[in-house]
Amino acid sequence: MGRFVIRRLLGVVVLMFIVSAATFAVFFLGPKFVGADVARNFCGRVCNEQSLVEVKAKLGLDKPIYDQYGAYVKGIFVGRTFGSGETARDCPVPCLGYSFKTDLPVWNQMTDRLPVTFSLAIGAGLIWLVSGVAVGILSALRRGTLFDRAAMSVALAGVSLPVYFTGLVALSVFSYKFKWFVNVHYSGFTDNPAEWAKNLVLPWICLAFLYAATYARLTRANMLETMGEDYIRTARAKGLPEKVVIRKHGFRAALTPIVTIFGLDLGGLLGGAILTESVFGFPGVGKLAVDAIGQQDLPVILGVTLFAGFFIVMANLIVDVLYAYVDPRVRYS
Amino acid sequence: MTAPLDVEPSALSADPDAVTNAESSKAVEGRSLKQIAWMRLKRDKVALGGAVVIVLLILIAVFAPLIVKALGHPPNDFHEDLLDPTLLTPKHKYGGINGSYLLGVEPVNGRDIFSRIVYGARISLLTAFLATVLSVTIGTVLGITAGFFGGWVDGLISRTMDILLAFPLLVFAISIGTVIQTANGAVLGLSGTSLSVATLIFIIGFFNWPYIGRIVRGQTLSLREKEFVDAARSLGASNGHIIFKQLLPNLAAPVLVYSTLIIPSNILFEAALSFLGVGVRRPTPSWGSMLSDAVATYSIDPIFMIVPGVALLITVMAFNLLGDGLRDALDPRAGR
Repeated sequence: MGRFVIRRLLGVVVLMFIVSAATFAVFFLGPKFVGADVARNFCGRVCNEQSLVEVKAKLGLDKPIYDQYGAYVKGIFVGRTFGSGETARDCPVPCLGYSFKTDLPVWNQMTDRLPVTFSLAIGAGLIWLVSGVAVGILSALRRGTLFDRAAMSVALAGVSLPVYFTGLVALSVFSYKFKWFVNVHYSGFTDNPAEWAKNLVLPWICLAFLYAATYARLTRANMLETMGEDYIRTARAKGLPEKVVIRKHGFRAALTPIVTIFGLDLGGLLGGAILTESVFGFPGVGKLAVDAIGQQDLPVILGVTLFAGFFIVMANLIVDVLYAYVDPRVRYS
Repeated sequence: MTAPLDVEPSALSADPDAVTNAESSKAVEGRSLKQIAWMRLKRDKVALGGAVVIVLLILIAVFAPLIVKALGHPPNDFHEDLLDPTLLTPKHKYGGINGSYLLGVEPVNGRDIFSRIVYGARISLLTAFLATVLSVTIGTVLGITAGFFGGWVDGLISRTMDILLAFPLLVFAISIGTVIQTANGAVLGLSGTSLSVATLIFIIGFFNWPYIGRIVRGQTLSLREKEFVDAARSLGASNGHIIFKQLLPNLAAPVLVYSTLIIPSNILFEAALSFLGVGVRRPTPSWGSMLSDAVATYSIDPIFMIVPGVALLITVMAFNLLGDGLRDALDPRAGR
């Protein structure tokens, strides 16, 4: 087991290296490829050759790309110093550089906004897991009934509805028309938990709807397949009550793949519930990325991309390790 | 499950001469897998409904200029006279819907929503189709290569797929989109709308191929060990023959089903990128950018938000319905 975890951790390091190098290349080689100059965006209205050179030096864009990348990676692990002499300033570990626009450290900007994204992801994740699995199982057990048909129709609509549409519809109906949730905005959990939850209800439901629909369809298909297995027949033949057959034999086997996917989806979500945050105007990590895109603030976009990649990779790792723990065959393959 | 057979009503009625008239009877004829699947699909009314909607949408996209000429106004013409001068929202009720403006007018500049939806269908379908073609092509070629040759080739391709699957796709796509938008002039001979559409197709297509690649690889791995491949090989068939004549036809079904199911997710992906402002360049109409424009005014003019949203919903649902139907028809064990 230990060796398995170490092997996977090495894989994570390689993966993060590739993700960071690719992102870096897109940002620092991409503009050259399309004939644009990054520094020109930060050079002010009156931009002459001399100030352009100064801006380049200040942002570190005058050095060769591999130097820039090396300095960036070094900054993450041991920190780095920007500028020299009077204007020098230290960027402590983990240093993701300073925003081109606001001059604030990228790491601090992201950690400040993490609670928002975290609140969104955890609540929505719980809602979609519980409701999706419950609906899926009920549908499978009552296959062909009115409930099954209705639930599966709703689920089909659900997988076809993007959050940037449901979010707007929910806001215009529940916030503007019925005034149940007036002025939806993010408020901190520690300030007032009730207010926190009330403001998050609409985003949670809108974000969860899409996933719940997918999970319901998946759970139903898995459950139907499991309930057709021979060991279910054996369990019934032993005279076990139907409840026990469903709970102990059917449900458990059908749920394992769902939990795997849940881990991956949640990891992907933490990297930025970009669309949900921009629809509801919540100041999370995703919104940070979107705002940074509008201003072409490359260090911030780079930071968020790495951050998102990190969560996806970690979720993959955790799921793999859990799986290996549950299923010994995985460990030795 | 056994294949359902379409039995002609006339065949059910007893005909004592049927046996003697064997040469004229077609009842005893083997059905190919394709025929069986087609029969099942024909019976699946919901999937057929999806297919009809898709055909209509394709026609709308192809004949967009004619449709707009007959029923609408040019998609980029401003009609400020139809707007309330202070609020800049449509003067008339229901977002300005009337006989001349079938789906109303946009707030702020009064463009005809119907025309923009019709032209938006072009962008939406074109990007989704071409991106799908790109990812299916790469996925199938690399998937077969990995599964058939195995060894280090398989290792290399499989690791590449793992890496691409771990990429934060949306953020990364946004990054590339942003960089492309800074382009001064033409890149590789493309500029403006065609550049942004080509970028979208490349991003969506390139990052999606591992999904199909994994499926094709898995199928190839199991097909490779089948008797018919051994038989072909013992007859002296080359690798090329085995891949193209033996394996590829057997992979057609899963590839077809999967393609139909990734088109809707590609449509949503294009809309999401346009919604975030890194997709199709304005003023080219796209459903995603219409939704993003609607964010500013949906509380007073909900029609402008609902129309592109419903257009997306109908399109995506039609593809999902057809995809589900195709899967059930080609592989009756899956899904149900």
